[in-house]
Amino acid sequence: MEVLKIATAGSVDDGKSTLIGRILYDTKSLTDDKLEAIEKKSQSRGYDYLDFSLATDGLVAEREQGITIDVAHIYFSTENRSYIIADTPGHVEYTRNMVTGASTSQASVILVDARNGVIEQTKRHFFINNLLRVKDIIVAVNKMDLVDFDESKFDRIRSDVEKLAAQANYKNQSITFIPVSALKGDNVVYRSENTPWYTGKTLMEHFESIENQDVYETADARFPVQAVIRPKQADYHDYRAYAGKLYGNDLSVGDEVTILPSMTSTKIKEIQFFGSTYDTAKRGSSISLSLEDDVNVSRGDTIVRSESIPRSGKELNATICWMDRNPMRLASRYELQHGTNKIMAKIKAINSVLEVQSNQQSHSVDNLVLNDIGTVSMQLNKTLFFDSYEKNKSTGCFILIDKQTNTTAGVGFIE
Amino acid sequence: MNRILENNPLENEAIHIIRETVAQFEKPVLLFSGGKDSITLVRLAQKAFYPATIPFPLMHIDTGHNFPETIEFRDRLVKELGLELIVRNVQDNIDSGRVMEETGKYASRNILQTETLLDAIEEFGFDACIGGARRDEEKARAKERVFSVRDDFGQWDEKNQRPEVFDMLNGNIDHGQNVRVFPISNWTELDVWSYIEKEDIEIPSIYFAHKRPVFERDGLIWSAFDDYVYREDDEQVYEKIVRFRTVGDMSCTAAVESNAFTISDVVREIRSSRISERGARIDDKRSEAAMEKRKQQGYF
Repeated sequence: MEVLKIATAGSVDDGKSTLIGRILYDTKSLTDDKLEAIEKKSQSRGYDYLDFSLATDGLVAEREQGITIDVAHIYFSTENRSYIIADTPGHVEYTRNMVTGASTSQASVILVDARNGVIEQTKRHFFINNLLRVKDIIVAVNKMDLVDFDESKFDRIRSDVEKLAAQANYKNQSITFIPVSALKGDNVVYRSENTPWYTGKTLMEHFESIENQDVYETADARFPVQAVIRPKQADYHDYRAYAGKLYGNDLSVGDEVTILPSMTSTKIKEIQFFGSTYDTAKRGSSISLSLEDDVNVSRGDTIVRSESIPRSGKELNATICWMDRNPMRLASRYELQHGTNKIMAKIKAINSVLEVQSNQQSHSVDNLVLNDIGTVSMQLNKTLFFDSYEKNKSTGCFILIDKQTNTTAGVGFIE
Repeated sequence: MNRILENNPLENEAIHIIRETVAQFEKPVLLFSGGKDSITLVRLAQKAFYPATIPFPLMHIDTGHNFPETIEFRDRLVKELGLELIVRNVQDNIDSGRVMEETGKYASRNILQTETLLDAIEEFGFDACIGGARRDEEKARAKERVFSVRDDFGQWDEKNQRPEVFDMLNGNIDHGQNVRVFPISNWTELDVWSYIEKEDIEIPSIYFAHKRPVFERDGLIWSAFDDYVYREDDEQVYEKIVRFRTVGDMSCTAAVESNAFTISDVVREIRSSRISERGARIDDKRSEAAMEKRKQQGYF
């Protein structure tokens, strides 16, 4: 069955969790026992409505503070397809969790409170979705019930977001505006009678119409080797295959391929999956390959078609979203994980930081702090083969790991 | 004929995660309960390394109150696939006085598993424990990462989890830490059942409708198996056609009325069910935060 992943973003109290709860409720995806628990809890809190955020805020601290701290993944399905919604936190402090949610999503819902309009967080979320090149953006103007379903409020937000989009780098984004009330259910699953001026789709109708595209999109085929399969059983004495997940495009038996970084060329001999052989593997599949020639391949290498070799070098420029409490400092060293390959990187220059409010790049700085987005020049200890994120998502991004704490400190998008 | 391998996103994601686990850790183990999720994991692990055998052992933390059908199934599976099985018993910790057995009407050994699990992780030096938990099961589990780092007390620091972007998994840990790995995080209960059907995977018989002596309490159906499950004198035993949706410790897993005798019956039943999978798990009903609390203490 088809799976569509959608991330939600918005500021604190814009009603993301409520919206997801509403979707679950109106698509009848909440089972009786879960619904009963929400009813009970809402009653005990003295609400005269159902607090759907109780369905998704899974941590004690979240329910205490009434905010979402970490990404929750919510699952439901229609007759058409399955959905995974990443309910991401709105609080500025948890922006990194928003990046986490959006990185694996084909579409993003950005919530805007109709009363407040476009605020700094909206701009930040829009920018991150643009940076990540999320194809389908839905701006859900929420709490329309609190502004008497006023069309002019909706139009104002639409034109403000369109101004942001005009300045953005990535232009192929589809942006859809929908006036909703998550609490009351207007235009979420059911069409609202309160917005006769709105003729577009409901949120759910829009979800159903999104073309399901792989997050990694169509690009040159890239096969990062995860493991070498060498069975210990006697019958497979000479067996050797390379296991990995295929990104970007399909590969077929007979394709001329090059192993990176050794630059050795050979052909694909067999494509195998659980005892069967195939002529072609579709992108996205976790397969193993055997090669015509006895070449040296190990974990961290990448197999590509010989006609589409990526760029290479010991320096790279990237936009980095910093995710750690310890700032990224000039001249610091980090472990750079790129696919299955790990090398060391040194920060040579932090060229600019995004000023979210004005959407301007500042001049160079000495460090990036938590949730900063900046452009950085790095020096690498080994030659890396890479693509720009624009050209190939799988080989155009990397994570930076702080070797002292082992944490994932930042994510980078190669220029 | 041109044979094309189509992309099955959930299966490919899980295989990718299992391969990353083996590549990035020195001593992984698969936590095996004999339930459908861990059985599915075994199939995925086979696929990840085929034709090589699964390069890690299976470990079962046995509460001593398991369904006999599950234990028999477990032993047969490891024999057929030539796998190594480690069993550690909660009973040993009870006998030595390290943990106290609960008593009374709702007594269960479920929570006692944590201590035995942490001991076993330390005993064997496992640095990655692969488990079949899914995010759709429960709302604290919905917050889990794929690689979930635990300290040497097995504790989950839910407010400070590592970001996981795209499918890059960071397996770097400090000495003494370990990682819980959840390859089928993104599968739903229906996905698991559909996969079992499509792959024709054998599962223990208690997942299918069968006649069983039971009694009722709090609207749930319990196995009348007095050695394991506490029963009051006035709780009448009778026979009923039931099956189990989850397989845990017998004292905390209730049965459901069902006429699903085959795997396709089960898939159909799950598709139309109005009750969640863990609705028959009394261990989650102790409080709203029951799962989160157990996870903080090192439970799966």
